[in-house]
Amino acid sequence: MSATDFGFTISTTRIVDFDAANRQRYEELLSRVPSYKYCIACGNCTATCTAGGMTGFNIRATHLKFSRGQYEGLADELNKCMLCGKCVLVCPRGVNTRALIVNMRKLLEES
Amino acid sequence: MFDIFVLPFCAGVVALLAVSLMKYIRWINSFSKRQQITIRRNILSIKILPAIWEMFRECLLHWRITQRNLLLGYMHRSLAFGWFLLIVVGFVQALMACPGGHPFYAAIFFNYFEPRSERIVEFAHSQQIATLMDVLLLYVLSGLFLAMLKKVWSKPLGMKRTTKHNLTDRIAKFSLWCIFPLRLLAEGATSSIYGNGGFLVRWVGTVIAAIGLDSAEIEYLLWVLYSLALGTFFTLMPFTRYMHIFTEVFLIYFRKNGVIEGNKPSGYTKFELSACSRCGICIDHCPVNRELGISNTQGVYLLQTIRNKDLWHRAEQIAANCMVCDRCQVECPVGIDLATIRRQVRSEAHTAIDKPVGYNYLERVHPFNAIGRIAYFGGCMSHLTPGITSAMEQIFKAAGQPYWYMDKEQSICCGRPLLQQGLVKQAEVLRRKNRDMITRSGATMLVTSCPICYQSFVKEYQLSIKVMHHTEYIDMLLRSGKLKVKAGSERIAYHDPCELGRGCGIYQAPRDVLGSVGTLLKTKEERANSLCCGYNLGNISISTDQQQLVRDAALGNLLAPNPDTIATACPMCKRSFARANAIPVKDIAEIVADSLVQD
Ligand code: SF4
Ligand code: SF4
Ligand code: SF4
Ligand code: SF4
Repeated sequence: MSATDFGFTISTTRIVDFDAANRQRYEELLSRVPSYKYCIACGNCTATCTAGGMTGFNIRATHLKFSRGQYEGLADELNKCMLCGKCVLVCPRGVNTRALIVNMRKLLEES
Repeated sequence: MFDIFVLPFCAGVVALLAVSLMKYIRWINSFSKRQQITIRRNILSIKILPAIWEMFRECLLHWRITQRNLLLGYMHRSLAFGWFLLIVVGFVQALMACPGGHPFYAAIFFNYFEPRSERIVEFAHSQQIATLMDVLLLYVLSGLFLAMLKKVWSKPLGMKRTTKHNLTDRIAKFSLWCIFPLRLLAEGATSSIYGNGGFLVRWVGTVIAAIGLDSAEIEYLLWVLYSLALGTFFTLMPFTRYMHIFTEVFLIYFRKNGVIEGNKPSGYTKFELSACSRCGICIDHCPVNRELGISNTQGVYLLQTIRNKDLWHRAEQIAANCMVCDRCQVECPVGIDLATIRRQVRSEAHTAIDKPVGYNYLERVHPFNAIGRIAYFGGCMSHLTPGITSAMEQIFKAAGQPYWYMDKEQSICCGRPLLQQGLVKQAEVLRRKNRDMITRSGATMLVTSCPICYQSFVKEYQLSIKVMHHTEYIDMLLRSGKLKVKAGSERIAYHDPCELGRGCGIYQAPRDVLGSVGTLLKTKEERANSLCCGYNLGNISISTDQQQLVRDAALGNLLAPNPDTIATACPMCKRSFARANAIPVKDIAEIVADSLVQD
């Protein structure tokens, strides 16, 4: 049967395979920034982000991806952050997002 | 005029001179380019005069310490100035007693050789000089007594915590503490045989005789021990904190000639590191110590850890804990640039990630034509306290000042938060962009609401136009009559933000503004002594709970005089205090906007 072009496709799979992902760096991140445990992925940080106001940079997505071991392109994304600190102030869970950013960058660099 | 017991002293002096000279030459050689140029340009300038005055005032009289605590100042002064005079007068004494010249150690062991050497002759006023020497020795001994007291009971000397020292330091200190009592005893023993010396020495001689000690027997031993104590101290000196005695002299000279710390550690940093006397004054007032009990972050331990290269990774953690409130910096009597050194440590720790490659998106932010207008930079933080920015817009309009709110839509961080983490190259990219925007806009002046940005613009940007924090700007408008406010009865306690007060020295303008709209109350710890609000962006290491503890201490100080309102001049401080939900917290701009009189 020939493929029919519907003008859209089903989206690529978003399944995260935790068995394949190496969570070691995430554990290390947690030990360096313990407050990250409390993140509820609400996205407040992204909503207020200064860099996010000018680009597609999504701080919540970066730490979410990091925690899942999806490192591709992460380092480049994180370079966009200006460390301005707005995200820290709006986080309802007291997550030290700037420490998160600096340490994610360091961990990505160290490997 | 020689005896074998002078050798330890002589060896000590030679070792001291050789090692310190070697160190200093090596350090001066590793000054950065910029620092070398500064020194070369100023080496013979007139600035040497104020430098000499400051050396005298600080290295000998310890003036800044005296201003903090009289007794502590007396302790440091009697040891430094007293010893200095003891050496100078001792040399005069030897010079007068030996017209034919004398070996350099004669002054140090004068009383021993006086009755023995035929080169020493009777001279005018010899008895007065001997008395003077005794007075000076007593002066030094009184300081020594206080130093010992401080170790067991430091409160009278204005200190809660005293510095913990390492082994070499302790041996050096022990030998230093021995020098003067040994000198007194040795001179006393000689005096009880030959009857020379001033009132004190003779009295000690009588006591020695009275308690039945055989002076002839112990005299030599005491002189040997005295020489050994001196020798040990001098030999150890270049490897201990006592190196600060000479180093501070050089540091003052360099600083007066305009040398400043750079982004990277250099030979000049070495001078700063070893100019720290480990007096420990920086410890007590540090909020991280006071509220959180973290007592390794303060200048004294940071510098000590850096000096010890093996502990580099620890220096990193130590530097990370600091809130960058600058309290220790203003307290430090040596005036060491602790903030920059801390930043250097952070910078070394973050070299791998200091990559300025992610900011291409800034190209999309375009300059704006604002010729003749005032550029207003709210700052990232002010976006989270819209009350401040709208109050400022109201004020600009009321005063009829054309303005351009440059970061209203697309805001670019001023770069200071990056700089505080030692991400120097990244910060420079943001600064370049902002500088370009401001210069190309044609604005006549820059007003900012955030003290962090303000400090950045003032110290890091080298802009050609005037930069003002909004408190200064409002003060100016009020004075010139462009802005009118009505005085109310509100009782206001003002919080000095670290970055505005200690950072930029702005204390009076906010007070003048508040004084014209309400009653400004005095608080216990204000101006340069102001407490950190706990939310300083300079720290990414302490937790929210810890921030709140620091905040609560500052809040307690502000609430003490029972104000109706807490006023501040920084969006971070405002957020910090507002979160405690105690009483209304307002920025000065908001208070002024609320009291505007429209004509
Ligand atoms: S605001 Fe805080 S809790 Fe929400 S996603 Fe960001 S880090 Fe997580
Ligand atoms: S610190 Fe970075 S991630 Fe957080 S708001 Fe600022 S630019 Fe965005
Ligand atoms: S840093 Fe300054 S205040 Fe602290 S111990 Fe050293 S000299 Fe004293
Ligand atoms: S800057 Fe402030 S927090 Fe940091 S060590 Fe000095 S006093 Fe403590």
